[in-house]
This record gives sequence, structure tokens and C-alpha cells, in this order.
Amino acid sequence: MRLGPLLALGQWLFLVVAFICLSYAFLTDDFSVKLVAMHSNSALPWYFKMSAVWGNHEGSLLLWVLILASWTLAVGYASQSLPLDMRARVLAVLGMISIGFLMFIIFTSNPFERLLLNPVADGNDLNPLLQDFGLIIHPPMLYIGYVGFSVAFAFAIAALMTGNLDAAWARWSRPWTNVAWAFLTIGIALGSWWAYYELGWGGWWFWDPVENASFMPWLAGTALIHSLAATEKRGVFRSWTVLLAILAFSLSLLGTFLVRSGILVSVHAFASDPTRGLFILAFLVLVIGGSLLLYAIKAPAIRSGAKFGLLSRETFLLINNILLAIALSVVLLGTLFPLASSALNLGSYSVGPPYFNAMFVPLSLPMIVLMGIAPYISWKRSNKISTAIPKWLIAAFVALLLAGLGTFSLSNQYQQDFNWLAFITLAVSLWLIVSTALHMLSKAKHQQGLITGLKRLSVSYWAMVIAHCGIAVAAIGIGLTSVYEQQKDVRMLLGDDISVSGYRYQLTAINTFEGPNFSGTRGDITVFDGDTVITVLQPEKRFYYAARNVMTEAAIDPSLTRDLYVALGEELGEGAWAVRVHVKPFVRCIWLGALMMAFGGFLAVTDKRYRSKGALNV
Amino acid sequence: MSKPSRIKLFIPLFVFVLLALVFLQLEKRMISGDYDPSMLPSALIGKPLPAFSLTTLDNADLVISTIDLNNKAALINVWATWCVSCRVEHAYLNTLAENGITIFGLNYKDDRQKANQWLARLGNPYQLNLFDVDGKLGLNMGVYGAPETYVLDANGIVRYRHVGVVDNKVWQSKILPLGLNWQ
Repeated sequence: MRLGPLLALGQWLFLVVAFICLSYAFLTDDFSVKLVAMHSNSALPWYFKMSAVWGNHEGSLLLWVLILASWTLAVGYASQSLPLDMRARVLAVLGMISIGFLMFIIFTSNPFERLLLNPVADGNDLNPLLQDFGLIIHPPMLYIGYVGFSVAFAFAIAALMTGNLDAAWARWSRPWTNVAWAFLTIGIALGSWWAYYELGWGGWWFWDPVENASFMPWLAGTALIHSLAATEKRGVFRSWTVLLAILAFSLSLLGTFLVRSGILVSVHAFASDPTRGLFILAFLVLVIGGSLLLYAIKAPAIRSGAKFGLLSRETFLLINNILLAIALSVVLLGTLFPLASSALNLGSYSVGPPYFNAMFVPLSLPMIVLMGIAPYISWKRSNKISTAIPKWLIAAFVALLLAGLGTFSLSNQYQQDFNWLAFITLAVSLWLIVSTALHMLSKAKHQQGLITGLKRLSVSYWAMVIAHCGIAVAAIGIGLTSVYEQQKDVRMLLGDDISVSGYRYQLTAINTFEGPNFSGTRGDITVFDGDTVITVLQPEKRFYYAARNVMTEAAIDPSLTRDLYVALGEELGEGAWAVRVHVKPFVRCIWLGALMMAFGGFLAVTDKRYRSKGALNV
Repeated sequence: MSKPSRIKLFIPLFVFVLLALVFLQLEKRMISGDYDPSMLPSALIGKPLPAFSLTTLDNADLVISTIDLNNKAALINVWATWCVSCRVEHAYLNTLAENGITIFGLNYKDDRQKANQWLARLGNPYQLNLFDVDGKLGLNMGVYGAPETYVLDANGIVRYRHVGVVDNKVWQSKILPLGLNWQ
């Protein structure tokens, strides 16, 4: 049992060697390696050669197992305080997952396959969509998140095996879950940001099945973080928490299956191969089916936790979990229903954004309202309500007032009628921010002076405040962009201009230029606010030689309150161009909010509670 | 909280088993070639072709913006000389053309001279070939890549889209059942 961490180190070292070998083949243009010939090109800049390593099925799987090995190594060495048998079980579960993925690589997806008989002169090039900074870091972040849930999963399975699901188990799982969740948040936000500026459609979320596949573990992870808190502090919801830990990782595996089995078509899907699909399916059945079976058999032995009153933080966390679970089912259903209908030969359906939006708006708004109340409610049974009510009234009043003013001035600026959806979103989000801030102030007031008081608040409390405000900021971004965005597709000749949302756009130049592996056309579009020039936007149209692919590079003038977004469409002949112009109010807030959530997740881990070894201090 | 009954605890497992069965069925249908996710319903289905203005493959000076269907259904086949599967598909397109099926070609991101040589060598099943060198019309139609085939009814409305090679199986099982007027 003592060997575990050492073996984890060995596994990690060998995978690092394999990964370096593959990266070396890409960086030195070794086209005798099939993967390099298929996905790289000698004209590619070095940083895209590097990201081409994981811009394909085989290489990204290697990255996946390398990350899994890194998590395993981290668990092995950071959990010295764990009982020996517990640590060994956790490492064993992680090791078995790793074996499954390594077998998958070796039997179906060899990244080092050679083309010795028919070497090619130059490679096929990396898909131009992936030749972008956001895509260099999007997959690693996402994988760190996905794979990170394997740790909480391994802890849950290990605890189920021993039947010893006490508060210590929850406390060990919490920091790992938080970090994985924070990375997943960043990964999803990067993906959304990339889709926004790279796909040229100006959208930031498409409810694409693969996006959903990353969103589902995020929802399960969010629920898990909260129910772990209740399990650690009060010993309640144990059975449910274990189930969530299994679900979060199972949904990550499901995402892998959907992307790599070829049953979906999307910008994310890799080249399909049914044998790969069958292999992962078998692995999925083994891991998910096996752990759910273990759960069904062992869960009755879990002791139920302490009693709690109706008005208690436990109840609020329960409601949070129920709402998140409903949201999760909504996404799962919307993603899998079209697949199920094709499987049963009922014809192809696609479930579009209208379904998801119609379900998500009514789910998320009450959740945000409750988030503003929850911090005031104490564990077990709350009897401080009477002191909280005046603060809630103040917060509600401030939120309604500001939301009213905000909606009024925005509707004025973007020449629309007063919009109730914008008002409600703003009011609810501001309520959350103000109510949380008031709670923080009252909590800090006990000390001498406000500043010392704020400093004395625990790190995990700050983490909660920041992450919850992140939700509010993201909700403001989502709501206001959806309501006030404006888009125009126009035909423009040199010198033509057009007004959108009070800004005037003029096409002032069209030039051609040469990139390293593409040729391009660049438009100069000068943006005026009244008579003053705000900026010159330079959207591009690129033609990539090797892949014979045309790509759109949008140009964006970003600011917190609005993005000016211009994409160059087709050349329409006689010097005219199709130009797409968007004004997107507050769209940045979506990613800012996500960053705040991720920061909160990381911050929570630094709480000194998790560094103390030995006895539990609840 | 009361102790949950044992049956309830099997619900997640049960749901997962159902899901796994759905996936297995999909994989089986994929292996048998019965289900192909790339046959996504095209956004064009039920609509006419997008407007275009392209030269023909054999005449660089002739710009056309309509194709004449003569009140018959027709195929629009997206092809290129750089596309290996198109060569596989070509023999079957010749057979279809010999049987009086109207086929229009969309020569996609290709070289005019090479394309004409290819037709001279392998036979020309096309009534007419549009030369879409920068993939403009292809982009508007939502073409993923070559080969790809769109089925137009006699009124010029897109009725079906097939991604990949058209062969006898596809023709018999997917295109003929549309019940269009081909002659």
C-alpha cells in the first residue's frame, strides 16, 4: 500500500516521456508519423504545432491520460495525512481508470502510427478553426476539469467500499472538487469566448451537444461542491453526495464518449470510428455501471445524518441541489433525446436553443434569488431571521431601484421599449450582489473597524462571496446581451456607412495580405460615435492553403459595457462586401463572471482548514 | 431524513442501463451503415438553392445564376479532383446519367484545367458544372466537404442532402423513396 505514490510517479514519468516524444515529432515536422502528417504542416507557427498535438483524437487522449496521471500523482503526495488503506484505495481506483484509457489508446488510437511506406512531403495542416490562441489552452483547461472529477469519484468509491462515509471523507474530497470545478469553469468560458470571436457568428453559447457535454459535469460539480459542504459540516445528504460524485465523473466520461464515438457531428467531434465507440461504451458500462451498482448495494448502509429544521442552511442547500439536478436533467434530456430518437428509428429531431432557454430562465432566476438569502440562514435551525429581514428589504429596494434605472437607460440607449426580462434579470442579479455585500458587512462589523473585520473573514467565506457575485455578473451579461444585442448584415462598398445602436460604421479600406500559411483580405471599418472616431476595426477573411479552407476572423472593440463586433462576409462582386455588424451590450460580463467563479473555486482551497493535518476541526 | 428504500437506489443504475442500450443501438446502426450522424438535416431542406453567380466549368466567360430543371427532379453533386471518394462515386454517377437522371455538378474549390481533364478521362455525367473555386456557393449551401449530394425536386426545392458517396444502396434506400419525378 505504501508503493502507491511511487507507482503513480512512475506512471506520470512514462506518460511525460510519451507526450514529449509526440510533441517533438510535431515540432520537428516528422511527417513519417501519421498523426503529424494528418494534423500539422511545416508552415504552421511553432505554437500551433504544439497545440496540434491535442487538436486531434489520439493526441488529445494522450493529454487526457497525462492529466489523469498528474492528478493521481498529486493525490498520492498531497494526501500523506490520509489513512494508508484509504489512500491506497483512492489511488487504485484512479489507476484502474487510467488502465482503461491507456488500453483505449493502445488498441484503438495509437498516436505514434507511422507512414514509413508512403511518407508525405508536407502535412494536411491543422484545422484552421483550431489555429487560435483560445484553442491552445481551451482543451487542457477543460480536461483538467473533467479529469479532476475523477478524484472526487475515486474518494467516493473508496469510501463506499469501506462503508465509512464520515465527515472526513467529505473534507478530503472538497478541495479536489473545487479545483477541478474551477478549471472546468475556465475551460467552458474559454470555449464560449473562442466560439464568440472565432466562429464569426457572434454567439457565445449554442447548446451544441458537445457544449452540453461539458456543461453537464459542471452542473453536477456545482451541486457536488454544495452538498459536500453540507456533508462535511453537518453529516447530512451523505448518500446523495456520493451519488453526485459518481455522476460528475460519469458525465465527464459520457462527454468523452459523445465526442469520440462519432455519434454526433459538431465542430468539436473528432474523426469517427465505430470500434472506438464500442470500446468506450464498454468502458463506460464497466466504470459507470459498476459504480452505480456499488452505490445501489452499499448506500443503504450509509447512516442518515443529523436532523435539521425547515428554515436552515441544509434546506437551502437541498433546494440548490434540487434546482441544479433539474437543470442537469433538462440538459441531459435535450442532448440525448435526438440521439435516442435516431436509435429507435423515430426520425431525426433536433432540440434547439428555444427549448433550453425556455427551461433555463425560469430555473436560474429563483436560484439566484435564493442565493441572496442563503448566507443569512444558519446551519441546523435559523432563528436570526428577524435581524436579516431589514437587510433583505434594503437589498430588494436597492436592487429594484437600480434595475429600474438601468433598464430604463439601456432601453433608451438602444431605442427599445422597457424590457421586463432585462429588468427581472438585472433586479435578481443586483439583489444577489447587494444582499451578499450586506451580509459580508454585518459579518465583518463584529470586529474593531471594518477593514480589520473584512480581513478576519475566513478565506472560504470570501471565496463564496466572489463566486456568488460571479454568478450575478454572468447573469447580467447573459440577460442584457440577449435582450439588447443588435445585428445587421449589409452589403458595403468602399466608403459606405451604416448605423447600428447609435454607432456609425464606415468601410474605409480593403487590403489583401499574406500570412504564414494563408492569404487574407482585411477590411478597415472605422467606427464613429457622433463625429468622434472610436476605433478602426480590421476583420479578416483568410484562405488556408493546405486545408483549402476559408475562415472568418472577426474584429472586436471590447469594453465592459458593450462589444462592437464586425465580421467580413463574402465578396459580392464589383467591390462590394457582405459585412456583419453586431453591438453586444455587457457580453464581457459573461466571461468576467465565469472568471470570478473560478477564482472563488481556487480561493476556497487555500483556506487553512484544508492544510491542518490530523484531527478534524468542524 | 428517513432511510431511502433499496429500490430507489437502483434508479440511477437503471437510467444508465437504458442510456447504454440507446448508445449500443446507435453504434450497431452506425457499423451496419444504417445511421450516419453526418446526414444532419440540412438547413436548406424545403428551400430553393441560395442565389449564386458562377462561371461554368467548361467556359470561364459564361456566368450563370440559374439552372434549368425542365420540370424534372435533379441531383446536385459537390465534387473535386482532390477528393478521393469522388472518384469512387464517379462511376455510379455515370450509370445514373445513362439512365436519364439529371445531375448537375458543383466543382468545389478545384482547378479548372484538372477538373476538365478528369471529366474527359472518366466520363461526364453532368448536364452542367458550376465552377465554385472559392467555395462561395458551397459555403452558402452548408457543404461540409466533397462528395456531397443535394436532391432537388422538379420545382427546384432541396428535398434531401447526402454527405458522402452516393452508390446504389443510397440511391435505392434514400433517394428513390422520396418519390420524385426523375424522367
